[in-house]
Amino acid sequence: MSNKLSALLLGTALSLGAVAGAFAQDKNIKIGVLTDMSGLYSDIGGQGSVIAAQMAVEDSGLTAKGWKIDIVSADHQNKPDIGTNIGRQWIDVEKVDIFMDVLNSGVGLAINNLVKEKNAIMINTGAATSDLTNAQCSPNTVHWVYDTYMLANSTGAALVKAGGDSWYFLTADYAFGAALERDTSAVVTKSGGKILGAVKHPLNSSDFSSFLLQAQASKAKIVGLANAGGDTTNSIKQAAEFGIVKGGQKLAGLLLFINDVHSLGLNVAQGLNFTETFYWDLNDQTRAFGKRYSERSKTKAQPSMIQAGVYAGLLHYFKALEAMGGNPHDGAKIVAKMKDMPTDDALFGKGEIQPNGRKIHPAYLFEVKTPAESKGPWDYYKLIGTTPADKAFRPLSESACPLVKK
Amino acid sequence: MQALYAQLLVGLINGSFYALLSLGLAVIFGMLNIINFAHGALYMMGAFVAYFLLQYSGLNYWWALILAPVIVGLFGILLERTMLKWLTGLDHLYGLLLTFGIALIVQGVFQNYFGSSGLPYAIPDLLKGGVNLGFMYLPIYRGWVVVFSLVVCLATWYLIEKTQLGAYLRAATENPTLVRAFGINVPLMITLTYGLGVGLAALAGVLSAPINQVRPLMGADLIIVVFAVVVIGGMGSIMGSIITGFALGVIEGLTKYFYPEASNTVVFVLMVLVLLVKPQGLTGRAA
Repeated sequence: MSNKLSALLLGTALSLGAVAGAFAQDKNIKIGVLTDMSGLYSDIGGQGSVIAAQMAVEDSGLTAKGWKIDIVSADHQNKPDIGTNIGRQWIDVEKVDIFMDVLNSGVGLAINNLVKEKNAIMINTGAATSDLTNAQCSPNTVHWVYDTYMLANSTGAALVKAGGDSWYFLTADYAFGAALERDTSAVVTKSGGKILGAVKHPLNSSDFSSFLLQAQASKAKIVGLANAGGDTTNSIKQAAEFGIVKGGQKLAGLLLFINDVHSLGLNVAQGLNFTETFYWDLNDQTRAFGKRYSERSKTKAQPSMIQAGVYAGLLHYFKALEAMGGNPHDGAKIVAKMKDMPTDDALFGKGEIQPNGRKIHPAYLFEVKTPAESKGPWDYYKLIGTTPADKAFRPLSESACPLVKK
Repeated sequence: MQALYAQLLVGLINGSFYALLSLGLAVIFGMLNIINFAHGALYMMGAFVAYFLLQYSGLNYWWALILAPVIVGLFGILLERTMLKWLTGLDHLYGLLLTFGIALIVQGVFQNYFGSSGLPYAIPDLLKGGVNLGFMYLPIYRGWVVVFSLVVCLATWYLIEKTQLGAYLRAATENPTLVRAFGINVPLMITLTYGLGVGLAALAGVLSAPINQVRPLMGADLIIVVFAVVVIGGMGSIMGSIITGFALGVIEGLTKYFYPEASNTVVFVLMVLVLLVKPQGLTGRAA
């Protein structure tokens, strides 16, 4: 009897051990970079985000420690339905653990729901909407680089302070534009400014003259561009043509990337103010990363803040997994671990992930250099202000996220 | 009311691009019976050639206006001679698929080397600045685009509808065998016609380079609208495509003013309406 019992106990112990062992020894990670590979945002994310992910894998040193890390990537074509289909297949068939980049707020919100449902992870470095860590926050999502609240708070407040107290918006007609307009309007009104109106334009427009004429007729001091990518560069270029700036109105690019400035050229872009959280020429570490990245980039570009976020976000994810001794393939559990550990990386400095999933770090207000000030390609920004990490993003006290305990 | 005039004028400017592009499509369809889906990519190539000319050989906008259509036109001739030629007499679908494939390849190659954000191209010095018309500030360059494309459109129409050469071309479309019997080199004429259509697309590309960013996808965004314009105007009708091009630009401009959210769909709504009432298009000849 006692023999039987001990055998049984031994068997149980063995099988438990086997389970625990399998748990600890599973060192497989599959990363999915879901982004715009062919459309208007493919320079700020796209293949560059895949390069950043590869660099993070190499720099983590995990493969030498016996981890097996795969990267897959796909083009969501800026369509939430296509993004969700790819996402489902990735999780169900290909067993992808973590979604990276996921720019475009429409797609970002869709994948946010998906990873919550399937208990996977998303470190979103590309979508702008602040809803990801506010009303729609999730225990499976980390929002790394920037959001509409931060952009509005930094650029919007600075411009109102400088005298731009009446605004008219050119807004991209989807989730992102609406969120950016809403958050900026709130900041402008709070700072004592007035909103005179807005016009919604379809995503990926090539002609903005009609919209610019309406902005011109509004006589607002600031024309706020609540759009991104090619929409923003075309708006800026055509605004110059229609004499908007000469007529005394000022343009506010609410979301601009270094690739946009490069594409516009300094002649057109000089003097623009906007906010980013990463620039390759901030310090020695960012310069080193920029140099390595640009050597791998097909167009010899410097990394955008989205691509930098993919690198930094993945490194933090790897740190959490290493501390756990293996990959439990449990999204919420890993994200909880990531929130417990303070973040510290070469690109965004020291920071933390708040309970709502918002990664906080300093925000930088830049001004585009004049052609005379620039020493060469990609030398584009002057730093004119820094908002510290704890002031840059939406305070937890104002958060509508159920994960934030009040 | 002032704002309305301004929107009408802006619509006319966009309309001139639609007119130039749909004219090229109509010429190609009318003479070769090919639905040229590569038209947007060729338009984009025109803009890129202008950029290359300026960047690498210092040839300015005015040179580009002449050279880019010729260079891209030659590329079109190469396409016609090596690939499109074999599709003569086959169903439209083959030409459509082939040219669509060519468009994807060309765009892919450009995107691979130049990225998606685009390259800067400045307005030529002579056309910088603008005039205040009272109801709006009209950039001189935009005015130039309208006048220049109108002239090109009318010249093309005259060439095809009113000259001896045009008569041969139209006859060759009707009955190639008979025209050959008169000693006219029909295949050569077809090739040159394709080159002409492609050249028109490239010309539109050069015209748009200073307004829009020179981007690999600039044509892909535009071409679908242009196809709707051609369908509305009537496939193969030269004057029809010119008039519809300008008219739809104006209608789209008005939509941008009254209900901006619908501005990228209004053309297609019109297309559906026209197809329901007059399937051969507004000015199309019944098949």
